[in-house]
Amino acid sequence: MSGASVLFDAPGPKARRRSLISSIVSGVLILAGLGWIALTLAAPRESGGITLPGYFDPSRWDVFADPEVWERIIFVGVVGTLSAALTASVFAVVLGVILSLLRSSDVAWIRVPTAVVLEFVRGMPVLLMMLFILLVLNTGAFWAVVAALTLYNGALIGEALRAGLASLPRGQREAGLSLGMRPLQSKMLVEFPQAFRQMLPIIVAQLVVLLKDTSLGYIVGYTELLRVNMNQLATFYGNRYLFSFFVVTLVLYLIMNLSLSWFARWLSRRTASRSSGMRLPPDDATQAILVAQATAAAQQSDATGGDPRPSPRS
Amino acid sequence: MDAVIENLPTYWRGFSMTLLLLGVSGISALVLGTIIASMRISPVASLRAFATFYTELVRNTPLTLVLFFCAIVLPYLGSRLDYVTAAMIGLSVYTSPFVAEALRSGINGVPVGQAEAARSVGFGFGQTVGLIVMPQAFRMTIPPLINVFIALTKNTSVAGGFFVFELFAAARELANANGDAVIAILLGAATLYLVITVPLGILAGQLERTWMVHQ
Repeated sequence: MSGASVLFDAPGPKARRRSLISSIVSGVLILAGLGWIALTLAAPRESGGITLPGYFDPSRWDVFADPEVWERIIFVGVVGTLSAALTASVFAVVLGVILSLLRSSDVAWIRVPTAVVLEFVRGMPVLLMMLFILLVLNTGAFWAVVAALTLYNGALIGEALRAGLASLPRGQREAGLSLGMRPLQSKMLVEFPQAFRQMLPIIVAQLVVLLKDTSLGYIVGYTELLRVNMNQLATFYGNRYLFSFFVVTLVLYLIMNLSLSWFARWLSRRTASRSSGMRLPPDDATQAILVAQATAAAQQSDATGGDPRPSPRS
Repeated sequence: MDAVIENLPTYWRGFSMTLLLLGVSGISALVLGTIIASMRISPVASLRAFATFYTELVRNTPLTLVLFFCAIVLPYLGSRLDYVTAAMIGLSVYTSPFVAEALRSGINGVPVGQAEAARSVGFGFGQTVGLIVMPQAFRMTIPPLINVFIALTKNTSVAGGFFVFELFAAARELANANGDAVIAILLGAATLYLVITVPLGILAGQLERTWMVHQ
Protein backbone atom coordinates (compact mmCIF):
# COMPACT_ATOMS: atom_id res chain seq x y z
CA MET A 1 0.00 0.00 0.00
CA SER A 2 2.26 2.72 -1.20
CA GLY A 3 1.06 6.27 -1.45
CA ALA A 4 -0.84 7.35 1.64
CA SER A 5 -3.07 9.52 -0.56
CA VAL A 6 -5.77 6.84 -0.40
CA LEU A 7 -6.07 7.17 3.32
CA PHE A 8 -7.43 10.70 3.51
CA ASP A 9 -9.18 13.25 1.30
CA ALA A 10 -7.11 15.41 -0.99
CA PRO A 11 -5.95 18.28 1.22
CA GLY A 12 -7.56 21.66 0.68
CA PRO A 13 -5.72 24.99 0.88
CA LYS A 14 -6.07 25.13 4.66
CA ALA A 15 -4.75 21.61 5.24
CA ARG A 16 -1.94 22.16 2.79
CA ARG A 17 -0.91 25.31 4.60
CA ARG A 18 -1.04 23.50 7.94
CA SER A 19 1.09 20.69 6.58
CA LEU A 20 3.62 23.15 5.17
CA ILE A 21 3.80 25.03 8.45
CA SER A 22 4.30 21.88 10.51
CA SER A 23 6.91 20.73 8.02
CA ILE A 24 8.84 23.96 8.42
CA VAL A 25 8.45 23.96 12.20
CA SER A 26 9.68 20.40 12.62
CA GLY A 27 12.44 21.03 10.10
CA VAL A 28 13.62 23.99 12.15
CA LEU A 29 13.41 21.91 15.32
CA ILE A 30 15.50 19.12 13.80
CA LEU A 31 18.07 21.59 12.47
CA ALA A 32 18.16 23.32 15.85
CA GLY A 33 18.84 19.98 17.53
CA LEU A 34 21.64 19.15 15.10
CA GLY A 35 22.99 22.67 15.45
CA TRP A 36 22.98 22.36 19.23
CA ILE A 37 24.99 19.13 18.99
CA ALA A 38 27.43 20.76 16.58
CA LEU A 39 27.83 23.84 18.80
CA THR A 40 28.38 21.71 21.89
CA LEU A 41 31.06 19.80 20.05
CA ALA A 42 32.64 22.96 18.71
CA ALA A 43 32.76 24.78 22.04
CA PRO A 44 36.11 24.75 23.85
CA ARG A 45 36.01 22.89 27.15
CA GLU A 46 37.61 23.34 30.56
CA SER A 47 39.34 20.26 31.83
CA GLY A 48 41.43 20.30 34.96
CA GLY A 49 42.42 23.93 34.59
CA ILE A 50 43.39 23.79 30.91
CA THR A 51 41.11 24.77 28.06
CA LEU A 52 40.78 22.15 25.36
CA PRO A 53 39.90 23.32 21.86
CA GLY A 54 36.50 22.39 20.38
CA TYR A 55 36.12 19.32 18.19
CA PHE A 56 36.05 21.28 14.95
CA ASP A 57 39.16 23.22 15.82
CA PRO A 58 41.87 22.82 13.14
CA SER A 59 44.30 21.53 15.75
CA ARG A 60 42.16 18.44 16.09
CA TRP A 61 42.17 17.72 12.39
CA ASP A 62 45.70 18.59 11.30
CA VAL A 63 46.80 14.92 11.28
CA PHE A 64 44.81 14.43 8.12
CA ALA A 65 47.13 16.81 6.28
CA ASP A 66 49.82 14.19 6.71
CA PRO A 67 49.86 11.86 3.71
CA GLU A 68 51.31 9.08 5.83
CA VAL A 69 48.11 8.91 7.86
CA TRP A 70 46.03 8.50 4.72
CA GLU A 71 48.49 5.96 3.41
CA ARG A 72 48.00 3.90 6.52
CA ILE A 73 44.19 4.33 6.51
CA ILE A 74 43.86 3.36 2.86
CA PHE A 75 46.57 0.76 2.37
CA VAL A 76 46.30 -1.00 5.71
CA GLY A 77 42.78 -0.22 6.93
CA VAL A 78 40.57 -0.08 3.86
CA VAL A 79 42.60 -2.75 2.09
CA GLY A 80 42.40 -5.01 5.15
CA THR A 81 38.65 -4.63 5.31
CA LEU A 82 38.12 -5.06 1.59
CA SER A 83 40.45 -8.03 1.20
CA ALA A 84 38.71 -9.90 4.02
CA ALA A 85 35.30 -8.98 2.59
CA LEU A 86 36.23 -9.93 -0.95
CA THR A 87 37.81 -13.27 -0.04
CA ALA A 88 34.90 -14.13 2.20
CA SER A 89 32.27 -13.17 -0.36
CA VAL A 90 33.80 -15.31 -3.09
CA PHE A 91 33.94 -18.31 -0.76
CA ALA A 92 30.48 -17.54 0.63
CA VAL A 93 28.83 -17.55 -2.79
CA VAL A 94 30.57 -20.81 -3.70
CA LEU A 95 29.59 -22.37 -0.38
CA GLY A 96 26.05 -21.08 -0.80
CA VAL A 97 25.73 -22.73 -4.20
CA ILE A 98 27.00 -26.05 -2.85
CA LEU A 99 24.78 -25.89 0.24
CA SER A 100 21.68 -25.03 -1.78
CA LEU A 101 22.24 -28.05 -4.00
CA LEU A 102 22.84 -30.34 -1.02
CA ARG A 103 19.84 -28.89 0.79
CA SER A 104 17.50 -29.50 -2.11
CA SER A 105 18.85 -32.96 -2.82
CA ASP A 106 16.39 -35.82 -3.28
CA VAL A 107 18.37 -38.05 -0.94
CA ALA A 108 17.22 -37.59 2.65
CA TRP A 109 20.64 -38.63 3.96
CA ILE A 110 22.16 -35.55 2.38
CA ARG A 111 19.26 -33.14 2.78
CA VAL A 112 18.51 -33.55 6.48
CA PRO A 113 22.06 -33.21 7.89
CA THR A 114 22.62 -30.17 5.67
CA ALA A 115 19.44 -28.60 7.03
CA VAL A 116 20.57 -29.19 10.61
CA VAL A 117 24.02 -27.72 9.95
CA LEU A 118 22.48 -24.68 8.22
CA GLU A 119 20.13 -24.08 11.13
CA PHE A 120 23.04 -24.37 13.57
CA VAL A 121 25.23 -21.92 11.68
CA ARG A 122 22.44 -19.40 11.14
CA GLY A 123 21.51 -19.34 14.80
CA MET A 124 24.97 -18.60 16.09
CA PRO A 125 26.63 -15.18 16.40
CA VAL A 126 29.37 -14.65 13.80
CA LEU A 127 31.63 -13.36 16.52
CA LEU A 128 31.44 -16.64 18.43
CA MET A 129 32.25 -18.49 15.22
CA MET A 130 35.31 -16.27 14.70
CA LEU A 131 36.48 -16.97 18.22
CA PHE A 132 35.91 -20.69 17.72
CA ILE A 133 37.94 -20.82 14.53
CA LEU A 134 40.64 -18.61 16.00
CA LEU A 135 41.08 -20.69 19.15
CA VAL A 136 40.33 -24.20 17.95
CA LEU A 137 41.79 -24.23 14.46
CA ASN A 138 44.49 -21.68 15.29
CA THR A 139 44.35 -20.08 11.86
CA GLY A 140 45.38 -16.54 12.56
CA ALA A 141 43.04 -13.56 12.62
CA PHE A 142 42.58 -13.06 8.87
CA TRP A 143 41.46 -16.60 8.16
CA ALA A 144 39.33 -16.72 11.29
CA VAL A 145 37.42 -13.64 10.08
CA VAL A 146 37.17 -14.93 6.52
CA ALA A 147 36.14 -18.46 7.51
CA ALA A 148 33.47 -17.33 9.97
CA LEU A 149 32.00 -14.83 7.52
CA THR A 150 32.09 -17.45 4.77
CA LEU A 151 30.28 -20.03 6.88
CA TYR A 152 27.60 -17.68 8.14
CA ASN A 153 26.87 -15.87 4.90
CA GLY A 154 27.29 -19.04 2.86
CA ALA A 155 24.53 -20.61 4.95
CA LEU A 156 22.25 -17.63 4.36
CA ILE A 157 22.99 -17.49 0.63
CA GLY A 158 22.43 -21.25 0.44
CA GLU A 159 19.05 -20.87 2.09
CA ALA A 160 18.13 -18.05 -0.30
CA LEU A 161 19.11 -20.07 -3.36
CA ARG A 162 17.22 -23.09 -2.09
CA ALA A 163 14.10 -20.97 -1.64
CA GLY A 164 14.65 -19.64 -5.15
CA LEU A 165 14.89 -23.19 -6.49
CA ALA A 166 11.75 -24.24 -4.65
CA SER A 167 9.72 -21.26 -5.83
CA LEU A 168 10.37 -21.91 -9.53
CA PRO A 169 7.35 -23.12 -11.49
CA ARG A 170 7.47 -26.92 -11.37
CA GLY A 171 6.92 -27.03 -15.12
CA GLN A 172 10.57 -26.06 -15.53
CA ARG A 173 11.78 -29.24 -13.89
CA GLU A 174 9.15 -31.36 -15.61
CA ALA A 175 10.12 -29.96 -18.99
CA GLY A 176 13.78 -30.70 -18.27
CA LEU A 177 13.01 -34.27 -17.20
CA SER A 178 10.72 -34.92 -20.14
CA LEU A 179 13.50 -33.87 -22.50
CA GLY A 180 15.44 -36.80 -21.11
CA MET A 181 17.71 -34.88 -18.75
CA ARG A 182 18.79 -36.56 -15.57
CA PRO A 183 17.53 -34.86 -12.37
CA LEU A 184 20.96 -33.35 -11.65
CA GLN A 185 21.29 -32.11 -15.22
CA SER A 186 17.90 -30.47 -15.09
CA LYS A 187 18.78 -28.87 -11.78
CA MET A 188 22.12 -27.53 -12.96
CA LEU A 189 21.18 -26.49 -16.49
CA VAL A 190 17.54 -25.43 -16.18
CA GLU A 191 16.54 -24.62 -12.63
CA PHE A 192 19.67 -23.30 -10.99
CA PRO A 193 20.46 -20.47 -13.43
CA GLN A 194 16.93 -19.12 -13.01
CA ALA A 195 17.03 -19.37 -9.23
CA PHE A 196 20.42 -17.69 -9.07
CA ARG A 197 19.24 -14.82 -11.19
CA GLN A 198 16.10 -14.33 -9.17
CA MET A 199 18.03 -14.34 -5.90
CA LEU A 200 20.92 -12.17 -7.09
CA PRO A 201 19.69 -8.97 -5.35
CA ILE A 202 19.35 -10.87 -2.07
CA ILE A 203 22.85 -12.25 -2.46
CA VAL A 204 24.27 -8.78 -3.03
CA ALA A 205 22.29 -7.46 -0.05
CA GLN A 206 23.82 -10.25 2.02
CA LEU A 207 27.26 -9.17 0.82
CA VAL A 208 26.59 -5.71 2.26
CA VAL A 209 25.99 -7.41 5.61
CA LEU A 210 29.23 -9.32 5.11
CA LEU A 211 31.15 -6.12 4.44
CA LYS A 212 29.75 -4.56 7.60
CA ASP A 213 30.55 -7.66 9.62
CA THR A 214 34.25 -7.55 8.75
CA SER A 215 34.42 -4.89 11.46
CA LEU A 216 33.87 -7.70 13.98
CA GLY A 217 37.47 -8.55 13.19
CA TYR A 218 38.31 -5.64 15.47
CA ILE A 219 37.24 -7.73 18.45
CA VAL A 220 39.22 -10.84 17.49
CA GLY A 221 42.32 -8.80 16.64
CA TYR A 222 42.29 -8.60 12.87
CA THR A 223 43.87 -5.45 11.45
CA GLU A 224 41.11 -3.73 9.47
CA LEU A 225 39.75 -0.21 9.08
CA LEU A 226 38.29 0.11 12.57
CA ARG A 227 41.42 -1.21 14.28
CA VAL A 228 43.83 0.84 12.19
CA ASN A 229 41.94 4.09 12.71
CA MET A 230 40.54 3.86 16.18
CA ASN A 231 43.18 1.76 17.83
CA GLN A 232 46.54 2.19 16.16
CA LEU A 233 46.35 5.73 14.77
CA ALA A 234 44.26 7.17 17.61
CA THR A 235 46.69 5.75 20.16
CA PHE A 236 49.72 6.89 18.20
CA TYR A 237 48.59 10.48 17.68
CA GLY A 238 46.88 10.81 21.05
CA ASN A 239 43.34 10.89 22.30
CA ARG A 240 42.64 14.43 21.18
CA TYR A 241 42.23 13.08 17.64
CA LEU A 242 39.86 10.28 18.75
CA PHE A 243 36.70 12.05 17.59
CA SER A 244 38.24 13.10 14.27
CA PHE A 245 39.36 9.55 13.56
CA PHE A 246 35.89 8.32 14.44
CA VAL A 247 34.28 10.70 11.93
CA VAL A 248 36.70 9.65 9.18
CA THR A 249 36.12 5.95 9.91
CA LEU A 250 32.36 6.44 9.81
CA VAL A 251 32.52 8.27 6.48
CA LEU A 252 34.73 5.60 4.92
CA TYR A 253 32.39 2.80 6.04
CA LEU A 254 29.38 4.74 4.75
CA ILE A 255 30.99 5.23 1.34
CA MET A 256 31.75 1.51 1.00
CA ASN A 257 28.41 0.25 2.28
CA LEU A 258 26.17 2.78 0.57
CA SER A 259 27.69 2.15 -2.85
CA LEU A 260 27.21 -1.59 -2.43
CA SER A 261 23.61 -1.22 -1.22
CA TRP A 262 22.75 1.11 -4.07
CA PHE A 263 24.11 -1.53 -6.40
CA ALA A 264 21.85 -4.13 -4.72
CA ARG A 265 18.80 -1.91 -5.17
CA TRP A 266 19.62 -1.18 -8.79
CA LEU A 267 20.06 -4.89 -9.41
CA SER A 268 16.76 -5.64 -7.72
CA ARG A 269 14.90 -3.10 -9.90
CA ARG A 270 16.55 -4.50 -13.00
CA THR A 271 15.80 -8.15 -12.27
CA ALA A 272 12.26 -7.39 -11.08
CA SER A 273 11.32 -5.85 -14.39
CA ARG A 274 12.64 -8.82 -16.35
CA SER A 275 11.97 -12.01 -14.44
CA SER A 276 8.76 -13.21 -12.80
CA GLY A 277 6.58 -10.85 -10.83
CA MET A 278 8.01 -11.76 -7.44
CA ARG A 279 9.95 -8.81 -6.13
CA LEU A 280 11.81 -9.37 -2.92
CA PRO A 281 12.86 -6.61 -0.59
CA PRO A 282 16.61 -6.32 -1.23
CA ASP A 283 17.33 -4.37 1.94
CA ASP A 284 16.71 -7.08 4.43
CA ALA A 285 18.13 -10.36 3.25
CA THR A 286 16.76 -12.50 6.09
CA GLN A 287 13.25 -11.23 5.56
CA ALA A 288 13.53 -11.71 1.80
CA ILE A 289 14.60 -15.31 2.38
CA LEU A 290 11.61 -15.81 4.66
CA VAL A 291 9.24 -14.44 2.01
CA ALA A 292 10.82 -16.61 -0.66
CA GLN A 293 10.55 -19.71 1.54
CA ALA A 294 6.91 -19.01 2.29
CA THR A 295 6.20 -18.44 -1.39
CA ALA A 296 7.86 -21.74 -2.17
CA ALA A 297 5.87 -23.54 0.52
CA ALA A 298 2.62 -21.94 -0.58
CA GLN A 299 3.31 -22.95 -4.12
CA GLN A 300 4.03 -26.52 -3.22
CA SER A 301 0.89 -26.78 -1.13
CA ASP A 302 -1.36 -25.89 -4.05
CA ALA A 303 0.35 -28.16 -6.52
CA THR A 304 -2.84 -28.71 -8.46
CA GLY A 305 -3.62 -24.99 -8.66
CA GLY A 306 -4.00 -23.33 -12.02
CA ASP A 307 -1.48 -20.53 -11.91
CA PRO A 308 1.98 -21.82 -11.10
CA ARG A 309 3.61 -18.41 -10.86
CA PRO A 310 4.47 -17.18 -7.40
CA SER A 311 1.98 -14.66 -6.16
CA PRO A 312 3.44 -11.17 -6.34
CA ARG A 313 3.91 -9.42 -3.09
CA SER A 314 5.94 -6.41 -2.26
CA MET B 1 32.17 -31.56 29.32
CA ASP B 2 33.28 -31.27 32.95
CA ALA B 3 34.61 -27.82 32.24
CA VAL B 4 31.14 -26.75 31.07
CA ILE B 5 29.35 -28.17 34.10
CA GLU B 6 31.86 -26.71 36.54
CA ASN B 7 31.47 -23.28 35.01
CA LEU B 8 27.70 -23.22 34.79
CA PRO B 9 27.46 -20.24 37.19
CA THR B 10 29.72 -18.17 34.89
CA TYR B 11 27.62 -19.18 31.90
CA TRP B 12 24.51 -18.21 33.77
CA ARG B 13 25.96 -14.81 34.68
CA GLY B 14 26.77 -14.19 31.03
CA PHE B 15 23.48 -15.56 29.77
CA SER B 16 21.40 -13.41 32.12
CA MET B 17 23.30 -10.32 30.94
CA THR B 18 22.58 -11.35 27.33
CA LEU B 19 18.90 -11.70 28.19
CA LEU B 20 18.93 -8.32 29.92
CA LEU B 21 20.56 -6.67 26.91
CA LEU B 22 18.09 -8.41 24.61
CA GLY B 23 15.07 -7.35 26.68
CA VAL B 24 15.97 -3.73 27.30
CA SER B 25 17.37 -2.95 23.86
CA GLY B 26 14.58 -4.93 22.20
CA ILE B 27 11.89 -2.85 23.87
CA SER B 28 13.60 0.49 23.34
CA ALA B 29 14.38 -0.41 19.71
CA LEU B 30 10.69 -1.21 19.27
CA VAL B 31 9.71 2.21 20.66
CA LEU B 32 12.37 4.07 18.68
CA GLY B 33 11.59 2.08 15.52
CA THR B 34 7.87 2.84 15.79
CA ILE B 35 8.64 6.55 16.06
CA ILE B 36 10.94 6.37 13.03
CA ALA B 37 8.40 4.37 11.02
CA SER B 38 5.59 6.82 11.76
CA MET B 39 7.89 9.71 10.83
CA ARG B 40 8.62 7.93 7.57
CA ILE B 41 4.97 7.64 6.55
CA SER B 42 3.89 11.00 8.01
CA PRO B 43 2.61 13.77 5.73
CA VAL B 44 5.20 16.21 7.10
CA ALA B 45 8.04 16.32 4.57
CA SER B 46 10.87 17.33 6.89
CA LEU B 47 10.13 14.50 9.33
CA ARG B 48 10.10 12.07 6.42
CA ALA B 49 13.45 13.31 5.19
CA PHE B 50 14.99 13.11 8.65
CA ALA B 51 13.73 9.54 9.17
CA THR B 52 15.07 8.44 5.78
CA PHE B 53 18.44 9.99 6.53
CA TYR B 54 18.58 8.34 9.96
CA THR B 55 17.65 4.93 8.54
CA GLU B 56 20.27 5.07 5.80
CA LEU B 57 22.95 6.37 8.13
CA VAL B 58 22.48 3.81 10.89
CA ARG B 59 21.82 0.85 8.62
CA ASN B 60 25.07 1.34 6.75
CA THR B 61 27.19 1.76 9.86
CA PRO B 62 28.72 -1.42 11.29
CA LEU B 63 27.44 -2.34 14.74
CA THR B 64 31.01 -2.51 16.00
CA LEU B 65 31.47 1.15 15.13
CA VAL B 66 28.19 2.12 16.82
CA LEU B 67 29.18 0.32 20.00
CA PHE B 68 32.69 1.76 19.79
CA PHE B 69 31.14 5.22 19.70
CA CYS B 70 28.89 4.52 22.69
CA ALA B 71 31.50 2.76 24.80
CA ILE B 72 34.69 4.67 24.01
CA VAL B 73 34.07 7.92 22.10
CA LEU B 74 31.07 9.09 24.17
CA PRO B 75 32.90 8.90 27.53
CA TYR B 76 35.70 10.88 25.94
CA LEU B 77 33.16 13.50 24.84
CA GLY B 78 32.05 13.71 28.46
CA SER B 79 29.24 11.21 29.04
CA ARG B 80 29.17 9.28 32.30
CA LEU B 81 27.43 6.10 31.16
CA ASP B 82 28.56 2.72 32.38
CA TYR B 83 29.39 0.15 29.73
CA VAL B 84 26.15 -1.82 30.08
CA THR B 85 23.99 1.26 29.50
CA ALA B 86 26.25 2.33 26.62
CA ALA B 87 25.85 -1.10 25.01
CA MET B 88 22.07 -0.95 25.46
CA ILE B 89 21.91 2.46 23.80
CA GLY B 90 24.13 1.30 20.95
CA LEU B 91 22.13 -1.87 20.35
CA SER B 92 18.79 -0.01 20.44
CA VAL B 93 19.99 2.66 18.04
CA TYR B 94 21.42 0.05 15.70
CA THR B 95 18.26 -2.11 15.77
CA SER B 96 15.69 0.69 15.49
CA PRO B 97 15.92 1.25 11.69
CA PHE B 98 15.43 -2.48 11.13
CA VAL B 99 12.30 -2.38 13.29
CA ALA B 100 11.09 0.68 11.37
CA GLU B 101 11.63 -1.06 8.05
CA ALA B 102 9.78 -4.18 9.24
CA LEU B 103 6.80 -2.07 10.31
CA ARG B 104 6.83 -0.05 7.11
CA SER B 105 7.04 -3.11 4.89
CA GLY B 106 4.06 -4.55 6.79
CA ILE B 107 1.98 -1.45 6.08
CA ASN B 108 3.16 -1.37 2.48
CA GLY B 109 2.23 -5.03 2.13
CA VAL B 110 -1.48 -4.33 2.53
CA PRO B 111 -2.97 -4.06 -0.98
CA VAL B 112 -4.13 -0.55 -1.94
CA GLY B 113 -7.54 -1.99 -2.81
CA GLN B 114 -8.21 -2.61 0.88
CA ALA B 115 -7.82 1.06 1.75
CA GLU B 116 -9.70 2.13 -1.37
CA ALA B 117 -12.58 -0.16 -0.49
CA ALA B 118 -12.68 1.20 3.04
CA ARG B 119 -12.64 4.77 1.76
CA SER B 120 -15.33 4.09 -0.80
CA VAL B 121 -17.75 2.79 1.84
CA GLY B 122 -17.25 6.08 3.63
CA PHE B 123 -14.62 5.31 6.30
CA GLY B 124 -12.51 8.23 7.46
CA PHE B 125 -8.74 8.20 7.99
CA GLY B 126 -8.91 6.80 11.52
CA GLN B 127 -11.38 4.09 10.62
CA THR B 128 -9.49 3.07 7.49
CA VAL B 129 -6.19 2.80 9.30
CA GLY B 130 -7.52 1.41 12.57
CA LEU B 131 -10.05 -1.11 11.31
CA ILE B 132 -8.80 -2.16 7.88
CA VAL B 133 -5.10 -1.50 7.30
CA MET B 134 -3.54 -2.03 10.73
CA PRO B 135 -5.09 -5.44 11.52
CA GLN B 136 -3.78 -6.75 8.22
CA ALA B 137 -0.45 -5.00 8.49
CA PHE B 138 0.03 -6.36 12.00
CA ARG B 139 0.24 -9.99 11.01
CA MET B 140 2.56 -9.22 8.14
CA THR B 141 4.79 -7.37 10.60
CA ILE B 142 5.24 -10.11 13.19
CA PRO B 143 7.52 -12.51 11.22
CA PRO B 144 9.97 -9.76 10.14
CA LEU B 145 9.96 -8.37 13.67
CA ILE B 146 10.83 -11.81 15.05
CA ASN B 147 13.70 -11.86 12.56
CA VAL B 148 14.90 -8.51 13.84
CA PHE B 149 14.93 -9.89 17.37
CA ILE B 150 16.86 -12.98 16.27
CA ALA B 151 19.47 -10.68 14.74
CA LEU B 152 19.50 -8.62 17.94
CA THR B 153 20.13 -11.75 20.02
CA LYS B 154 23.16 -12.54 17.92
CA ASN B 155 24.26 -8.90 17.94
CA THR B 156 24.36 -8.73 21.73
CA SER B 157 27.56 -10.78 21.41
CA VAL B 158 29.32 -7.71 20.00
CA ALA B 159 28.77 -5.95 23.34
CA GLY B 160 31.05 -8.63 24.80
CA GLY B 161 33.91 -6.98 22.91
CA PHE B 162 33.18 -3.67 24.65
CA PHE B 163 33.58 -4.46 28.35
CA VAL B 164 30.12 -5.95 28.95
CA PHE B 165 30.22 -9.34 30.60
CA GLU B 166 27.65 -11.26 28.58
CA LEU B 167 27.61 -14.72 27.03
CA PHE B 168 30.34 -14.08 24.45
CA ALA B 169 32.63 -12.47 27.00
CA ALA B 170 31.94 -15.33 29.40
CA ALA B 171 32.81 -17.85 26.69
CA ARG B 172 36.02 -16.01 25.89
CA GLU B 173 37.06 -15.82 29.51
CA LEU B 174 36.27 -19.51 30.12
CA ALA B 175 38.08 -20.54 26.95
CA ASN B 176 41.17 -18.66 28.09
CA ALA B 177 41.01 -20.24 31.54
CA ASN B 178 40.41 -23.80 30.32
CA GLY B 179 42.82 -24.25 27.45
CA ASP B 180 42.18 -27.98 27.28
CA ALA B 181 38.41 -27.79 26.81
CA VAL B 182 38.00 -24.89 24.40
CA ILE B 183 35.70 -26.76 22.02
CA ALA B 184 33.29 -27.85 24.76
CA ILE B 185 33.25 -24.37 26.31
CA LEU B 186 32.48 -22.60 23.04
CA LEU B 187 29.88 -25.17 22.01
CA GLY B 188 28.22 -24.61 25.38
CA ALA B 189 27.92 -20.90 24.66
CA ALA B 190 26.67 -21.61 21.14
CA THR B 191 23.97 -23.88 22.56
CA LEU B 192 22.72 -21.09 24.80
CA TYR B 193 22.44 -18.75 21.80
CA LEU B 194 20.68 -21.45 19.79
CA VAL B 195 18.19 -21.94 22.65
CA ILE B 196 16.95 -18.41 21.89
CA THR B 197 17.40 -18.15 18.13
CA VAL B 198 16.25 -21.52 16.79
CA PRO B 199 12.76 -21.56 18.38
CA LEU B 200 12.22 -17.96 17.31
CA GLY B 201 13.31 -18.83 13.77
CA ILE B 202 10.95 -21.78 13.57
CA LEU B 203 8.12 -19.61 14.90
CA ALA B 204 8.79 -16.90 12.30
CA GLY B 205 8.84 -19.41 9.46
CA GLN B 206 5.64 -21.03 10.70
CA LEU B 207 3.77 -17.74 11.02
CA GLU B 208 4.92 -16.50 7.62
CA ARG B 209 3.84 -19.76 6.01
CA THR B 210 0.40 -19.81 7.64
CA TRP B 211 -0.37 -16.20 6.86
CA MET B 212 1.03 -16.33 3.38
CA VAL B 213 -1.27 -19.15 2.30
CA HIS B 214 -4.30 -17.32 3.63
CA GLN B 215 -3.76 -14.31 1.44
